Amino acid sequence: MIDTKWIGHELPASVLPIERSRLQFFAKAIGETDPVYTDADAARRAGYRDIPAPPTFLFAAELDSGVLDRLLADLGIPLAKLLHGEQGFTYHRPACVGDTITVRSKITDIYAKKNGALEFVIKTSRATNQDDELVAEIRSVIVCRNG
Amino acid sequence: MTTPRYASVAVGDELPVLDLPPIDRTRLGLFAGASGDHNPIHIDIDFARKAGMPDVFAHGMLGMAWLGRLLTNWAPQSQLRRFDARFQGITHLGNAIRCSGRVAEKLEHNRETCVRIEIKSVNQYGQTKIVGEALVALG
Repeated sequence: MIDTKWIGHELPASVLPIERSRLQFFAKAIGETDPVYTDADAARRAGYRDIPAPPTFLFAAELDSGVLDRLLADLGIPLAKLLHGEQGFTYHRPACVGDTITVRSKITDIYAKKNGALEFVIKTSRATNQDDELVAEIRSVIVCRNG
Repeated sequence: MTTPRYASVAVGDELPVLDLPPIDRTRLGLFAGASGDHNPIHIDIDFARKAGMPDVFAHGMLGMAWLGRLLTNWAPQSQLRRFDARFQGITHLGNAIRCSGRVAEKLEHNRETCVRIEIKSVNQYGQTKIVGEALVALG
């Protein structure tokens, strides 16, 4: 069982610079063809400062930083048992190429279902930019399948 | 792209569907690199089998990214206020996903006129993989 002492735990901050080539790679990986997501001029014509990070991109912050791997190790969830239960984003302002996003997360709940066959970890995050403006609030439900 | 207007959108309207090609290993390799999710269960069949799975399977966030494309194809991302997904089933190699959305409600949120959209992704066998909701501001 995952120790509920982790409820309230604050994860180290993850800093994610929004980089052009990474967004272009992400667009390719998801089959995105809208030039807003690959071409700075198209993005500017659409009213962005530069290419915007697509809606789910900020999830990369805690993967790149290793913070999520560290959390899973702390909680004792092996990658082989990890499932993604839910994911949510509330958006406040765009993150574009040139921005540096900082994601700070907290574990807000841990509980089990089906007599412990499934365990759930709720993580909530705030993503801010280099001017300390709120970019997004993020909610993740991490699931560990036992047996 | 013509941005939908609040006045001309009705509850029950369907967003244009987004049909994706069947998932292959190349797609999962690319998404692992681009997303930063290097969990070998999505890219290494040996690891997946040791974990009790028949083969590698898709990242949940790949399916959510496709639902994001459904939404931003319909209205600019700058008008997206909220985007929530629940992962309901594992998406396997060979699954051809269709993303769809339907206007469920017209409402005012933080002094903006918005629509709440119910979204889902389903494979070619009719199995639902993701259900979710989005809130989009429309002028």
